[in-house]
Amino acid sequence: MKRLALAGLLAATALNPAFADTLTVGLKSEPTAMDPQFHNLATNTQVLLNIFQGLTRQDAVQKIEPSLATEWEAVDDTTWRFTLRDGVKFHNGSDFTARDVIYTYCRVPLVQNSPSSYTIFTGGFADVTAEDDHTVIIKTAAKNPLLPVELSNLPIVSADALGAEETVTYAPGGECTGMGTVPQSGDFNDPKIAAGTGPYKLEEFTRGTQLTLARNEDYWGDKPDWESVVLRPITSNGPRVAALLAGDVMVIESPPIQDVERIEGAGFTIVDALSNRIIYLAMRQDTDDAPSIEGAEGNPLRDAKVREAISLAVNRDAIAERIMGGYAKPAGELLPPPMFGTSGRAVDGYDPNKAKELLADAGYPDGFSITLGTPNDRYINDEQVAQAVAQMLTRIGIKTSVDAVTASQFFSRRNNLEFPIYLAGWGASSGEMSSPLKSLVATYDKDAGMGVTNAGRYSNPDMDETLKEAMATIDDEKRAELLAEAETMVLDDYGIIPLHYEQTVWALAPGLTYEPRVDQYTLAYEVKKAE
Amino acid sequence: MIVYLVRRVGQSLFAIVAMAILVFVGVYAIGNPVDILINPEASQAEIAATTARLGLDKPLWEQFLVFAGNALQGDLGDSFVYGRPAVEIILDRLPATMELAFFALILSVGIGVPLGVIAGLKPDGIAGKSIMAGSILGFSLPNFWQGMILILVFAVLLGWLPAGGRGETVDVLGIRVSFLTWDGLRHLILPAINLALFKMSLIIRLARANTREVMLLDYVKFARAKGLSHRRVVMVHILKNIMIPVVTIIGLELGSMVAFAVVTETVFAWPGMGKLLIDSINLLDRPLIVAYLMMTVGIIVTINLVVDVCYSLLDPRVRLSEAKG
Repeated sequence: MKRLALAGLLAATALNPAFADTLTVGLKSEPTAMDPQFHNLATNTQVLLNIFQGLTRQDAVQKIEPSLATEWEAVDDTTWRFTLRDGVKFHNGSDFTARDVIYTYCRVPLVQNSPSSYTIFTGGFADVTAEDDHTVIIKTAAKNPLLPVELSNLPIVSADALGAEETVTYAPGGECTGMGTVPQSGDFNDPKIAAGTGPYKLEEFTRGTQLTLARNEDYWGDKPDWESVVLRPITSNGPRVAALLAGDVMVIESPPIQDVERIEGAGFTIVDALSNRIIYLAMRQDTDDAPSIEGAEGNPLRDAKVREAISLAVNRDAIAERIMGGYAKPAGELLPPPMFGTSGRAVDGYDPNKAKELLADAGYPDGFSITLGTPNDRYINDEQVAQAVAQMLTRIGIKTSVDAVTASQFFSRRNNLEFPIYLAGWGASSGEMSSPLKSLVATYDKDAGMGVTNAGRYSNPDMDETLKEAMATIDDEKRAELLAEAETMVLDDYGIIPLHYEQTVWALAPGLTYEPRVDQYTLAYEVKKAE
Repeated sequence: MIVYLVRRVGQSLFAIVAMAILVFVGVYAIGNPVDILINPEASQAEIAATTARLGLDKPLWEQFLVFAGNALQGDLGDSFVYGRPAVEIILDRLPATMELAFFALILSVGIGVPLGVIAGLKPDGIAGKSIMAGSILGFSLPNFWQGMILILVFAVLLGWLPAGGRGETVDVLGIRVSFLTWDGLRHLILPAINLALFKMSLIIRLARANTREVMLLDYVKFARAKGLSHRRVVMVHILKNIMIPVVTIIGLELGSMVAFAVVTETVFAWPGMGKLLIDSINLLDRPLIVAYLMMTVGIIVTINLVVDVCYSLLDPRVRLSEAKG
């Protein structure tokens, strides 16, 4: 079997003389546009990072490092100075200057029909000015210590390629001057418009079929190993694995865990790393008449003892080992330590007896019945994990049935507060603790944009205070402390129950290496030939 | 003939209108697309702005009226995900699906009819029996499973053909086709076989049954008695007469092949409309789903119309009986 698969690989590569210089990658999803400011979505970002770059970037563990800016400093609480890299050229040959930065941030609100706009990053910019061609000053309306992190998500486009006037001046809310006629997302299929500063140039984008990239020979950084790259979306798991085994592609992302052994057996390399995605249980805590709870007076989930019992009832090791095939790590926090803002807190142990005692203490010696909501096609083995959790809860007396639906249904129902308890996941795109705290457990406040995904409606005013203070603290060390403190308050309260961190897996053809990334991005220029 | 045509076209239009209402209401009853599309860290103001921009804040009937009004002008709406006209995105994918469907159709007719006739002429011979046994397999094995086996055998184990994707294409009159390049053709073979197997079995069974029936008819016996060669009897007298039901089936099945190549396209990562539909359903891209379904309804209704008209030309009794009834 192994030999046959290898023979297949060799046969396929023999027919493709360009093998040595062309990297082919099977992605599990396709970018929706070549415009880096159209759709704020990981799927688009990971592909477009090959072509476009921001002032900063995140390394494999999401630490911020210089990219198009070589250094930056906070002049005061709301003013930042960025020094731009010298000698950088766009793919169309024009020089990279402060004007491109201003143009880029100006264009964000002018992108039409954006399904998820980048204005969540630029909305807080009060002013962007150029001190000289290679120094940019960004003023924010409120204190924002995450600005350098957020700039890594704002890829710079070329003012010249997009037809800007000689001078561009910033004004908030799309009122900039000197923008000329702003090209829309469809125009970016033309490589002349889609000129970035990245290691690869766009060659051709055929929707649904493939994206072809050519190496940027004038790239300012380390040149990638491949002359050209072909990215192919293969959305279903089985066919993606088949494409790898048949030698159609050399790298695939997220092979199904149950196929990993087979892929390794056929001589391929597997690399994996802990991701920034936490799988958690959230419980409805703001009301006495939560839906789908039976056999109990009021809402038992409002009692911290009951929530603690739920946490102690879950055997996280068993889930990680048996259901996740070892490709998950039991979680005690909302981000894997040592990422920014974690405290190194221990994982809750498995103790069903103590859980039963806690339930009895809380006044539920006979338990109650509850429905656990979960998506069945969003996270790795999500439905199986939910089934296991349900059985574990049933064992301590909380009779749990699972309501598993497709992700598109699940998120709508979850946001309508239809589940008393649900399983979901959260990936911290900023790579630090304020992201999960702000979205998952901060008190729900529509207007302030806090607790947007807090469909358990957990609320802890002390935590909110600490989090707000952290989010306005520019000093990194102090902020990390405050974030850890806020997180500890939530976890002591069992406001949310972390289950495990997902591990992300890549499969590579023999002779290739890839440094796995916490943010789960598959970056073509980081795929290396092993020498 | 004109009365018949007018009537038939009227029926088709009614079917399209009824489908529009059903499809629209059905698709709009599912979930909230904004929950899927927007970055989960977006603020409430962003969410509200996106909801309003997509027109999702209006009541269902108002959304339908807007849709219907635009549809009458040939505009089926902009995709939520791509921000471009849904029809344009689907038409981008149409050639890939049509190519696959036609290739599969040629395979199923080109192989199915001769095999069916052979099985019908010699129903008790080894050839006839093995053809029928084979057709049962083609019928009963699930389509996606056949696809996976084809990939496993021909791509993974033997390495003869690629496992999926479309390969190299060339532009012919602005349409991308892959059957004109060697690489493209290699990519086309497995999915076309996968899509063709079921139809092939259907055509084999149909051709066999009709052959056996026709063989017993007087004019065939008479032709034989006249001393015509076996070859001529089969090629002219039998083949011609079994073609009417086969043409009907081809028409119907071509429509369903174009519309429901979904499974094959998914298994083989073939960038056609079916795969687009599945991806759109996962993203709750409502305008795209509606536009897709409306276009398929249009295609199927048109094909049926054309088949019926062809049929009535081949066999005048059809339009006479319709006209009376």
